[in-house]
Amino acid sequence: MDQDGLYQRQVIERARAPVHAGPLEGATGRGEGTNPMCGDRVRIGVWLDADGRIGTVRHQTRGCAICLASADMMAGLVAGQDRIGAATMGRDFTALLQSGQGGESCPELRVFAPLHRHRSRIRCATLAWSALEAALVEAPAGTPAGETKDG
Amino acid sequence: MDVSPSVMTDPIDALRDRRADFPILGERVHGRPLVFLDSAASAQKPVQVIDAMADTMRTQYANIHRGLHWMSERTTDAYEAVRDQVAGLIGASAREEVIFTRNSTEAINLVAHSFGSLMRPGQAVVISEMEHHANLVPWQMLRDRTGIELRVAPITDEGDIALDALERLVADGKVALVAVTHMSNVLGTVTPARRIADIAHAAGARVLFDGSQFVVHRRVDVQAIDADFYTFTGHKLYGPTGIGVLWGRRELLEAMPPFLGGGDMISSVSFERSTWATVPHKFEAGTPAIIETIGLGAAISYIEAIGYDAIAAHETALVDYALPRLAEVPGLRVIGAPAERGGVISFTMDDVHPHDIATLLDRNGIAVRAGHHCAEPLMRRLGLSATARASFALYTTREEVDALASTLTQIRSFFV
Repeated sequence: MDQDGLYQRQVIERARAPVHAGPLEGATGRGEGTNPMCGDRVRIGVWLDADGRIGTVRHQTRGCAICLASADMMAGLVAGQDRIGAATMGRDFTALLQSGQGGESCPELRVFAPLHRHRSRIRCATLAWSALEAALVEAPAGTPAGETKDG
Repeated sequence: MDVSPSVMTDPIDALRDRRADFPILGERVHGRPLVFLDSAASAQKPVQVIDAMADTMRTQYANIHRGLHWMSERTTDAYEAVRDQVAGLIGASAREEVIFTRNSTEAINLVAHSFGSLMRPGQAVVISEMEHHANLVPWQMLRDRTGIELRVAPITDEGDIALDALERLVADGKVALVAVTHMSNVLGTVTPARRIADIAHAAGARVLFDGSQFVVHRRVDVQAIDADFYTFTGHKLYGPTGIGVLWGRRELLEAMPPFLGGGDMISSVSFERSTWATVPHKFEAGTPAIIETIGLGAAISYIEAIGYDAIAAHETALVDYALPRLAEVPGLRVIGAPAERGGVISFTMDDVHPHDIATLLDRNGIAVRAGHHCAEPLMRRLGLSATARASFALYTTREEVDALASTLTQIRSFFV
């Protein structure tokens, strides 16, 4: 069926049962990625801690299995990263999708490497990263909106 | 070309030999025989079209109309002969009513720009909920440019235009044009063109049909359906890309200002005087798609030789075969149940995303379309973000429908 391993079990399972899906209460940064080719959409909510590191990421994804699994794995992976770390991962991931090689900063995402043979599907996997990038632009370092450091 | 199928033959098998005319159908994709079920996006090309275009470039090519030499005149003859062919194909009353455009999108834009420039604020254009973006965005642009109103006729849950609602939309007499598809590229709905034209005309409106899908499967008679404008594109009709057709009633075309203009168009004195001032040349600025037009002519000859009766019978039989066959696939839902359906079937399958369906079909050599099919408002009306779509052509076989159905069953078990 899937001779070139695009739909590995890990991808299918993650798409079927995402662990970081849903709205993020108190998000201080929100971003959206859309694919006009198919109407798929990823909405990202994020907040950063006082040191500017990503606290929590949640995604609301309307998309294919690749899109959904990519968004969910990204959300888990970038937690604890600062903006530069997240951007590095995003770049490495994009290079991985284009060449099938690399992904040093995000080896977990090598499961998507077969996408380099499906150019029309690469955007499915990068949609969440575009949304994250937009969310991080507006997210200030600090605590989630509506909360204080004192609780 | 001896292609007349026996009336006793199964209508699908009757065209089986025609597959040999399409060289690409012998290709393999990912090691599998190509099963091409994306013809509604663009059809494959028979050798008759390929050869006509290559032969033109090899033996008989020059720029047309303006040249005074033998080669130009012969090429002009070949190009203009296609205008006669198109006129004959759709029942135009005069060859001058046939305007060559780049595609159906450009033809609709021509009408929106040119016929639209004659509209005044307070007038309206009516489209339907199931239009391709090509028959939606140009009217939005016209609305934003001129202040006309854009009204949308709803469709029923089955996927037919709600004619009673259409009647109400045109009742105030402010509608200048009703512009709707003759066959939906998503639902396969064949619209009741004559009925729609009657409704439009009774309210004093003109009517345009986007026939890009319809003309592939059924004979168009612009007189019988009482159209005012009709558009289609060549590449879905087994012809090349880059050539489309606008047909319009002569008195309308003559009243309309040019779409694209330029000094060349009106000031050339070395060639047939007044050519550019009259239809159709008024609307054909610049060097046209000569080779592609000749390719379209070859495609029309090819279609005419097979005959629309055989093509329509093949399509109907194939749809009648495919719908129950696809219904056997667990979780598969065919979108829409129009009163009359052409060879286009959109579907979803449980929660498996259409893109995943399309990619896995492709890995098995089966080409379908997935997405919103350039009809986003329709998708919203249907409560969907995307569908997968299988579309048929005269070369499609039962075995290909079987391959689709059985592979879909495998895909579902992979995901669910």
